[in-house]
Amino acid sequence: MTLPILRISGLRKHFSGVEVLKGIDLEVHVGETVAILGSSGSGKSTLLRCVNCLEVASGGSIWVGDELMGYRQESKGTVRRLTESQIAVQRRQVGMVFQNFNLFPHWTVLQNIADGPRSILKLSKADAIERSMTLLTRVGLADRANAYPRQLSGGQQQRVAIARALALEPALLLFDEPTSALDPENVSEVTDVMAALAASGATMLVVTHELGFARAAADRVVFMDDGVILEQGSPAEVFDHSQQPRTREFLRQTLV
Amino acid sequence: MANLPSNQTDIELPHPQHPVDVARALAPRRPATWVLSIITVVVAAQIVNLLLTNPNFDWDVVGQYLNSETVLRGVVMTLFLTVTAMTIGLVLGGVLAVCRLSDNALLRALASSYIWFFRGTPQLVQLIFWFNIGLLVPVLSIGIPFGPTFASIESNTLVTPLLAAIVGLGLHDAAYQAEIYRAGLISVDEGQLEAAQALGMKPVRVFFRIQLPQAMRFIVPPTFNSIIALVKGTSLVSVIGGAELLFSVKEIYSQTYQTVPLLIVASIWYLFITTVLNGVQFFIERHYGRGSSRTGSSSIIARFFDRRAAMRNLNRGMES
Repeated sequence: MTLPILRISGLRKHFSGVEVLKGIDLEVHVGETVAILGSSGSGKSTLLRCVNCLEVASGGSIWVGDELMGYRQESKGTVRRLTESQIAVQRRQVGMVFQNFNLFPHWTVLQNIADGPRSILKLSKADAIERSMTLLTRVGLADRANAYPRQLSGGQQQRVAIARALALEPALLLFDEPTSALDPENVSEVTDVMAALAASGATMLVVTHELGFARAAADRVVFMDDGVILEQGSPAEVFDHSQQPRTREFLRQTLV
Repeated sequence: MANLPSNQTDIELPHPQHPVDVARALAPRRPATWVLSIITVVVAAQIVNLLLTNPNFDWDVVGQYLNSETVLRGVVMTLFLTVTAMTIGLVLGGVLAVCRLSDNALLRALASSYIWFFRGTPQLVQLIFWFNIGLLVPVLSIGIPFGPTFASIESNTLVTPLLAAIVGLGLHDAAYQAEIYRAGLISVDEGQLEAAQALGMKPVRVFFRIQLPQAMRFIVPPTFNSIIALVKGTSLVSVIGGAELLFSVKEIYSQTYQTVPLLIVASIWYLFITTVLNGVQFFIERHYGRGSSRTGSSSIIARFFDRRAAMRNLNRGMES
């Protein structure tokens, strides 16, 4: 197989003494979609937020491509923390979709998507708009380009947020419970977009409670419990032939 | 369940031949409202009567001095003091707010101490203090700290009433403005900052493009509150001999003894300036209200412009 685009080794994270991640090892390869399952408090969101440095890891290391996220290796073998500006540059290869969409309310849909290509990738205005409109068409919202976020439904906002993340052409996409804040009837429009994205070869790490999506779209399913990865494998292995009683209990309670 | 009507036929209508229609219902009787309204009108009429008939107002004197040269010079000075002190307040206040929200403990402590001091002592005391700075520091000089000096000047020569007024009003205003900025900045949802960071925006860009524009909706109304307070606060400068509006009318009535009409002249000008500021506030608030449903503005000006915008849209719709 190819070199992993994401390499997490021995990742630890504690918040004021409470250990939330207790040594996580995880690799994601190019083109792979990995779903992370687990009950709330298991550390799955924290894991995701450590990948793009929204949380600072307490130990271990995270590599995205050949970048050590949040840190720099010096010639004498020491490791030094990066400044916020340097971390910002690293983050450009990692896109993120949030539970609460977090679209910028003072900008139109088009501005939300086109700002990244324009100001970060330095595309011309015409190119940035063209790329944004292509993405909006892909998520089925080309006709809402000039709307403000609050004029859209939750499902529509989340599809715009996906387009915004894609606009920077990141090597890796992070999804933090992207359907948890949606009305039940809006969930499928978002998971459909995500499934199409996975099928088109995007590299995705998805924290989700949508077991149906995980089973259908993920190449690999990771089950987390109490700050460790308890089990991982293909959807069939984890959903149908789980080796861990804790995983089976979680699946039974979630599927009811 | 026999006592509950299960369908309409069970209800006994009082006048089956006259079906009820509430479209022509009368307004409810409100005797208390009537009594209070009459009292209010009588009191208002008395006030108007007092204004028009009391000869001590000397309305002809008011008219005579309203645009006299001395008064207009005072108005210009009041405006100048407001603009300069406001500029110092807006800029220094911004620096202080950023320091207070900084990760650097030293900057936080400095900004907090500044705000603590300048908010905690009366503005009038500060003005008199700056005017008398020569008593504390007789000579001001530029040079290397604890080393040689290059140039120096006597404080009493440098610090005119005008300079003392600008410094005194500006530094005091900055302390309040810093807290207004800070309130606005911390009101922006954390998720907005995270989304901007996740897109790879650098801190300065996150601040100016995402955080500040959203904070402005919460910053503008209290800022205009404090600008209007500053307009009126410039009248304190008359105490240290700054020739602003109140000082100018005082100069006149100390000779003519027409105290009441000249204070009215000053009040009319203060009201005029603050009224213009109200209008400016409306437009700035409307600008930063983009993308939000609740502008919170339902003033007469707002309704006038909303109606005009509606008419424009209507005309445009008819043309196409």
